[in-house]
Amino acid sequence: MGRKLLTEHINVEGIDTFEVYRKHGGYRSVEKALKTMTPDEVVEEVKKSGLRGRGGAGFPTGMKWSFLAKPEGVPRYLVCNADESEPGTFKDRQLMSKLPHLLVEGMITSSYALGANTSYIYIRGELLYVLRILEKAIAEAYANGFLGKNILGSGYDLDLHVHPGGGAYICGEETALLESLEGKRGNPRNKPPFPAVQGLYARPTVVNNVESIAAVPVIVNMTGDEYAKIGVGRSTGTKLISACGHLNKPGIYEIELGLPVEEFIYSDEYCGGIWKGRELKAVVAGGSSVPILPKELILKTAAGENRLMTYESLSDGGFITGTMLGSGGFIAMDETTCIVRNTWNFSRFYHHESCGQCSPCREGTGWLEKVLHRLEYGHGHIEDIDLLVSVAKQIEGNTICPLGEAAAWPVAAAVRHFRDEFEWHVKHPQEATRPGAVYPGKAVLA
Amino acid sequence: MLNLTLMESTTAPTKPQFSPAAQAEIKRLLTHYPDDRKKSALLPVLHIAQAEFGGWVSPEVQDLVAEALGLKPIEVYEVATFYTMFNLKPVGKHVLEICRTGPCMLRGSDELTAHLERITGAKVGGPASEDGLFTLKEVECLAACGFAPIVQVREKYYEKLDTPEAVDAMLTELRNQVHRPALPWEEVGLPNSLKNN
Repeated sequence: MGRKLLTEHINVEGIDTFEVYRKHGGYRSVEKALKTMTPDEVVEEVKKSGLRGRGGAGFPTGMKWSFLAKPEGVPRYLVCNADESEPGTFKDRQLMSKLPHLLVEGMITSSYALGANTSYIYIRGELLYVLRILEKAIAEAYANGFLGKNILGSGYDLDLHVHPGGGAYICGEETALLESLEGKRGNPRNKPPFPAVQGLYARPTVVNNVESIAAVPVIVNMTGDEYAKIGVGRSTGTKLISACGHLNKPGIYEIELGLPVEEFIYSDEYCGGIWKGRELKAVVAGGSSVPILPKELILKTAAGENRLMTYESLSDGGFITGTMLGSGGFIAMDETTCIVRNTWNFSRFYHHESCGQCSPCREGTGWLEKVLHRLEYGHGHIEDIDLLVSVAKQIEGNTICPLGEAAAWPVAAAVRHFRDEFEWHVKHPQEATRPGAVYPGKAVLA
Repeated sequence: MLNLTLMESTTAPTKPQFSPAAQAEIKRLLTHYPDDRKKSALLPVLHIAQAEFGGWVSPEVQDLVAEALGLKPIEVYEVATFYTMFNLKPVGKHVLEICRTGPCMLRGSDELTAHLERITGAKVGGPASEDGLFTLKEVECLAACGFAPIVQVREKYYEKLDTPEAVDAMLTELRNQVHRPALPWEEVGLPNSLKNN
């Protein structure tokens, strides 16, 4: 049984209230940091912990913090990215609604480390009811002296606010999020300048995912060195995995990084295997934008080693035979799943969510959707399969933000591993488009 | 020939006004941002406006938002048309936002959409059902994939709608909802997945 660092008390009755949260050790990291540590010492602990950004990119959080510009007399900001919208990912919603004070505590300790006196939580607009839960927690923190002026007599001031989005996946990209927070369309900004130098209101800004911020109190309490002992290699600590699709027990699981993928899927402690007694066909392991892998390659690497839930193991083999841990949005598909339909669905998503700023993405995602649609509905040509790969390549690397890659990777990987299934749609359209049709062949493994 | 008297007598739509509760909430929101950055409150104020004025933001309502925040109308239009949560056409009493993205599709969202079209009589992307109760809208990932398929109605998530009984329970609850929450911060109840289990 893995250790639970973030979610240990998640099902305690009333843990969403200040009183109960405090009884279970809540806000200790604020006391420890503000009373016994300098801001730089907090940053140092987070660096030592090896914590990597839990939103998807996996960039070391401590290093990101150390890039923050600190010009004299200029305010700086911490913004929490709670715009969770990568398909397959639903961990932050659960964490914020059940443990709102953990995020508030993380925001206070992290804001202290960064020297921010005003911080924001940008939450996706669909989660207005979670926004209310957070606002209640924030009000309680103010009432108990953990927010506002001169927190715990330390001389440190902090105001914390929650801000709703309006329904746009792109605002999960940090510069689009900042634009949105300024009341504009969510168009990602050109970089440089990076937010660490010119972010919110052109001030130095750090943007971190909910789960990263929630890990900070844990790290400060247990020390970075102790946190780094959990996990495998450069994948330290625990990670929330949101499991969905054709599993017996979809849901949110906090795992110690290093758990074998096979155990995660099949053990009763976690997902309990594939529903309806069926076989697993494929997995998208880290949110819809990471490459899909057939069963054989998600359970074992091309070299035959057990695949582990770590940043390194999941990306073993690069994009030829590997994938990414990403946001931890784990989507399992059973043997009856149509890969072409699924890929078309994801392409429609990216086309819908493209902000339209860069033409390779605006036009390219539309092409991907259209070509996949005609393949799925039995009107495709055999050249369409290579056309998909070609369009994907022309999007990748040619856009301001990573939505281009996010749209291109799933298509390229689906064609790489399931080319035969795409060809089957072209060669046997009547059979392939019959309701409930199941492709009878096998995946391509290399 | 143009009858000017008649034209004058057809009254122009009355200018919408925020309720006192909404005005107070807008005032509170504005304290969250620096004094010279009132525009930051645009998205939260649009949410308030949509809840206040029948579930959509007409051009007149967008103008009102612009006025409340001291913005040019175009600054509101370009934002209201970018974000998918803001409805730009009139809607029924309840807008059913059906998640259509991959993980929901794997658990039957296509079937759910077809079922909802059949029993409400409304069509996705079309006008509200004849009784004016339901508008159907397909949306992208609602971040509750483990509890698919999902429909969001205003602030509430209805989850695991994979049986006709679950769908019926949702529709009955909505039909019986006499009080339609006017403001987005009114309590409407949590989805089951977020209650303690």
